Amino acid sequence: MSIKEKARELLEGEVDGVLGYRLAGGSHLPHLFTAADIEEMAGDYPAGERYPLASIVRRLQAADPGIRIAVVARGCDERSLVELFKQGQVNLGRTVILGLACEEELARGCGCAVPYPSEILEGRRVEGVPDDSLVEKMDGMPAEDRLDFWLSRFGSCVKCYGCRNVCPLCYCKECALDDAEMVERGRVPPAQPAFHLIRAIDMAGRCIDCGLCEEACPMGIPLRTLYRKVGRVVEDNLGYRPGRSPEEKSPLAVLGTEKDLE
Amino acid sequence: MTDYRTVPTVCPYCGTGCGMLLEVSGGRLAGVLPQKGHPVSDGTLCLKGWAAYEFVESPRRLARPLVRRDGKREAVPVEEALSIVADRLRDTVERHGPDAAAFICSAKCTNEEDYLVNKLARAVVGTNNIDHCARL
Repeated sequence: MSIKEKARELLEGEVDGVLGYRLAGGSHLPHLFTAADIEEMAGDYPAGERYPLASIVRRLQAADPGIRIAVVARGCDERSLVELFKQGQVNLGRTVILGLACEEELARGCGCAVPYPSEILEGRRVEGVPDDSLVEKMDGMPAEDRLDFWLSRFGSCVKCYGCRNVCPLCYCKECALDDAEMVERGRVPPAQPAFHLIRAIDMAGRCIDCGLCEEACPMGIPLRTLYRKVGRVVEDNLGYRPGRSPEEKSPLAVLGTEKDLE
Repeated sequence: MTDYRTVPTVCPYCGTGCGMLLEVSGGRLAGVLPQKGHPVSDGTLCLKGWAAYEFVESPRRLARPLVRRDGKREAVPVEEALSIVADRLRDTVERHGPDAAAFICSAKCTNEEDYLVNKLARAVVGTNNIDHCARL
């Protein structure tokens, strides 16, 4: 059964809306379908048109906690939803995953470790192709060269906040990056490396490696490499990989209270 | 039920013409997303594009014309405000010549409105002092 067929079926009473893509003018646009317009749902999912659907689910549920939503989800979308669930931002009990496996080209391009959701409705499962080559390359550089590399990349930042705005895991009402005490207003590029390190630290134990930040960066700053590095630190030390399973406890939720983590 | 749709459009700020999606939910403009695969901006926006929806419901947005009288700002009907502007503009041009006036138009106006401002400046008032916020 295709995602669209399943969506049509769910709309007969199981869900209130289906979040997917509507084809308009050759573009795939995020859209919440109801029974009235489900026929307009696109049946294809181009690799170059991924949007932060998990954020949209979070916002829709915040506006209407009773809403039941089915959502087209690649592996990264599902990981976002799982991590948001663990942080109390998404109700998985009211969310139906319409699983979409990524094609090999996209999986490879993303260097994705898990390019498929837990249950696949459409697409063929290809094995993960985690690409840590840039992280390893950075780790192999002398600290001074590494700092130079990052400072030169951070120096091109136009402070668009796109990395934060597009991030499915960024939902804070008050963001440190908007705090004038922490980030000087009107200064472009922002203070280095503080601006990007604030975000990197916020991503530790939370980033599910969707890569939307890097896609949204007009200056091509290799943000994903940075966040993969902090993710690896968390995984190596605490054995935690964000978004992997709804049952696993986030170290952010247990640190300071469980003795085995001292 | 809560609804959600996106409307593709072009960023209203500068002349680059980046593609953006306006997020509409519950009858309100809820946010902006960069349009993936757009020929100009391919899924990226600058700070202004990302914030382009905020002014629409900003409490600081001027919803009615204000005229300063005795140091105080007073809300007046649009017709009255336009008459005041026209009188002051005519008076300034008569006393100091057309180049004492300047016109600034906006990317938030339509092409047609900007064309008319251009006509007003050059053909009616007679000055080349015209600029546009898109000429960053």
